[in-house]
Amino acid sequence: MDVDRALGWLQATPVATTISENENLFPWIESVHVLAIVLVVGTISIVDLRLLGVASLDRPVRRLMGDVLPLTWGAFAVAAITGSLMFSSDAVHYAHNFFFRGKLILLALAGINMAVFHLVGIGDLARWGEAAPTPVAAKTAAAVSLLTWIAVVAFGRGIGFTMH
Amino acid sequence: MTNWVVPTVQTIHILAIAVVVSSVLMIDLRLIGLFWADRPLNQVSSRFLPLVWWPLLVLLATGAIMIIAEPARSLKNPAFQLKMPLLIAALVVTGLFQLLQRRNAMFGDLRSGPRAAAFTVAIVSMLLWSAIIFAGRWIAYYA
Repeated sequence: MDVDRALGWLQATPVATTISENENLFPWIESVHVLAIVLVVGTISIVDLRLLGVASLDRPVRRLMGDVLPLTWGAFAVAAITGSLMFSSDAVHYAHNFFFRGKLILLALAGINMAVFHLVGIGDLARWGEAAPTPVAAKTAAAVSLLTWIAVVAFGRGIGFTMH
Repeated sequence: MTNWVVPTVQTIHILAIAVVVSSVLMIDLRLIGLFWADRPLNQVSSRFLPLVWWPLLVLLATGAIMIIAEPARSLKNPAFQLKMPLLIAALVVTGLFQLLQRRNAMFGDLRSGPRAAAFTVAIVSMLLWSAIIFAGRWIAYYA
């Protein structure tokens, strides 16, 4: 399969082989990955719980999102970079791992959900973001977001239990 | 069936960590003046401190289950033995923060409050909680 050949090439690169051969490097990268994921999930929850009308109700939605989401994106970037480094070290096996594949699909779903919310569901944020109850579309996006990210963490854990 | 218990408990443990560490981060960023700087400190801490202390109960419960399920893997593990004192230190810092806030109404004030103290508490807190997460991950490598 061409994909496997490309993945085989990837895991033979100097960066990838250094990570797979060095006993300590992978755990350190992985630890940074865990810290990054923890911050992604935690900060997204703050926004989602606001949209669901559960917490931070005294803060307008737009401001809360403006305050918190830069942290989320920064943490996600670190998670993506560390994740890619770990993936490269054993690319063929990860690519065939059920939980890794599932995690990628869930990440895509989280991304699509976010895109749909920002393009469609957000509606007239200036109006409902301040005082009015959150529209159903926004609450749905928030619920889907929480559920997909919880599943991302669960599947990520599943990778650890089913590799090597 | 039983071999799904530990991964499930670990997932709950990680999700609880996400709530605790993110909440701690929001308070620490406020102390440095990088987050919600327009809000009084006690508004930020009253928002987020409950999200530190309550999920800690979940962490203790899930942690206890993991220790009971695999006692040697945890109790004899150097990474676990490092994680527990770090956790105690982090809880002491959090408690100290609450005390400072109660004693000194100006504690979180970014213009006239004690900036150095607030900054130190924030940095130490962030370093400790990060170290706890790292130690937690390394348990698997000493098992």
